[in-house]
Amino acid sequence: MRITCPLCGARDRREFTYYGDAVYADRPGADAAPEAWDAYLHLRDNPAGETRDLWYHEMGCSAWIEVTRNTVTHAVLSSRLLAERGTGGPSGGDISGKMKPAVKRRGKPA
Amino acid sequence: MRYSGLRVISEGLFGNKGWTPAWRDPEPKAEYDYVIIGGGGHGLSTAYYLAKNHGITNIAVLEKGYLGGGNVGRNTTIVRANYFLPGNQEFYSHSLKLWEGLEAELNYNVMHSQRGLINLFHSDGQRDAFARRGNAMINQGDDAELLDREGVRRYLPYLDFDNSRFPIYGGLLHRRGGTARHDAVAWGYARGADQRGVDLIQNCEVTGIDIEDGRVRGVQTTRGAIKAKKIGIIVAGRSGQVAEMAGIRLPIESHILQAFVTEGLKPVIDHVVSFGMGHFYISQSDKGGLVFGGDLDFYSSYAARGNLPMVEHVMEAGMTLMPMIGKAKVLRSWGGIMDMTPDGSPIIDKTDVGGLYIDCGWNYGGFKAVPASGWCMAHLMATGEPHAVARRFRLDRFATGHLLDEEGTGSQHNLH
Repeated sequence: MRITCPLCGARDRREFTYYGDAVYADRPGADAAPEAWDAYLHLRDNPAGETRDLWYHEMGCSAWIEVTRNTVTHAVLSSRLLAERGTGGPSGGDISGKMKPAVKRRGKPA
Repeated sequence: MRYSGLRVISEGLFGNKGWTPAWRDPEPKAEYDYVIIGGGGHGLSTAYYLAKNHGITNIAVLEKGYLGGGNVGRNTTIVRANYFLPGNQEFYSHSLKLWEGLEAELNYNVMHSQRGLINLFHSDGQRDAFARRGNAMINQGDDAELLDREGVRRYLPYLDFDNSRFPIYGGLLHRRGGTARHDAVAWGYARGADQRGVDLIQNCEVTGIDIEDGRVRGVQTTRGAIKAKKIGIIVAGRSGQVAEMAGIRLPIESHILQAFVTEGLKPVIDHVVSFGMGHFYISQSDKGGLVFGGDLDFYSSYAARGNLPMVEHVMEAGMTLMPMIGKAKVLRSWGGIMDMTPDGSPIIDKTDVGGLYIDCGWNYGGFKAVPASGWCMAHLMATGEPHAVARRFRLDRFATGHLLDEEGTGSQHNLH
């Protein structure tokens, strides 16, 4: 799988860290109802087909990008900078400072 | 038909003309008491225990493809009870006990082999964590032994003990852990359920769930409408799509997990060995193939196949741990669609829709859970109350904060 970074062009998937569904960019406001936080953190449409998710170009230009891709075929359809997409959400706030790629898990209790 | 050694011999003597199909292929009826969506391991065991433990036999299992064609036919067959958290512990302990009696129970050879599972550790801190886990397993009533480096060497002399990045300090041995023949588990439960009157209906995809006044009334399928009083959704990686038919959004993201098998070799790896630091685990099938896998590809996917970076990673980890496997040729690789929950633990619960139950979120650990998952889901559907060993597998635990985060990494989709 190759992912197109809007700044660097098509690059190997290994340069990117997956963050999750693009809903993560729409952080609720601090005063939002618990249901809104549950939906933001946990509940997912989980589509079989076209989806939008967030990737971090960790081994490249460090851009956060929103990738539109197909979960059945692994085709990458388009991408744009998260800065261009905006981080709408109920809060409308800028979350760029709050998003860090998760530390990869080290070992599972197999 | 009851299977036995005598039967095999007598059939062999007379041209094997007496064998009959292991289950019927019935037409769907217009109405059932219970409909189970999904004819995989968990769905079939649920139907079996509904009939066996609760005397409910007017059941249809609806499978869109063929029985056991999903994750129960695509996994690495490991059976173990080495969980740490209360909530998980008693459940997997119950499951392992069911495994230990499964062949007699089903009159079916599921090739359950308690060859022992060894989880390796590589630092003092990791040793402490494994000692703690082992003590928790013993307190639960299961078995665990902490092996030092020489103890591991006795069992696994072929490992690279002096690896400069991850030298082997020891391992946690779980003697009752092992493997089973994955397909046979599905077939054994299917046959047992069929013998008790359950209709197993293949090539029957559910396309809609009928709900009136907040209660399920039945399902729409590619083979017509089927009415039902209670419905169980047990569809693993497809949980999100089936739940959506009932207007339910689940805390699940479907991810890809790859696995690999080599050509058949003479017996060389006697145990199940896991190398957590390298994301690698391996066992040898009875046919001789080395069966091994690693971690998720780490992006949501329904492709049932993965990408090359994880293939490379798994091969590297395997070579790091046991260089001797380097000349084994890989026969094939495949991927399963994992229903990942934010905390890495499963869900067996009722939903807000009356009569609609869901069993999902098995992450990458569903195979060993097949017996207890069916046992507990059947209990829930029949009695309306969660089974004692599955009471923490709640659908609402993410909203309420009662998480079961076995790895202690947090409750977010990109963490497990």
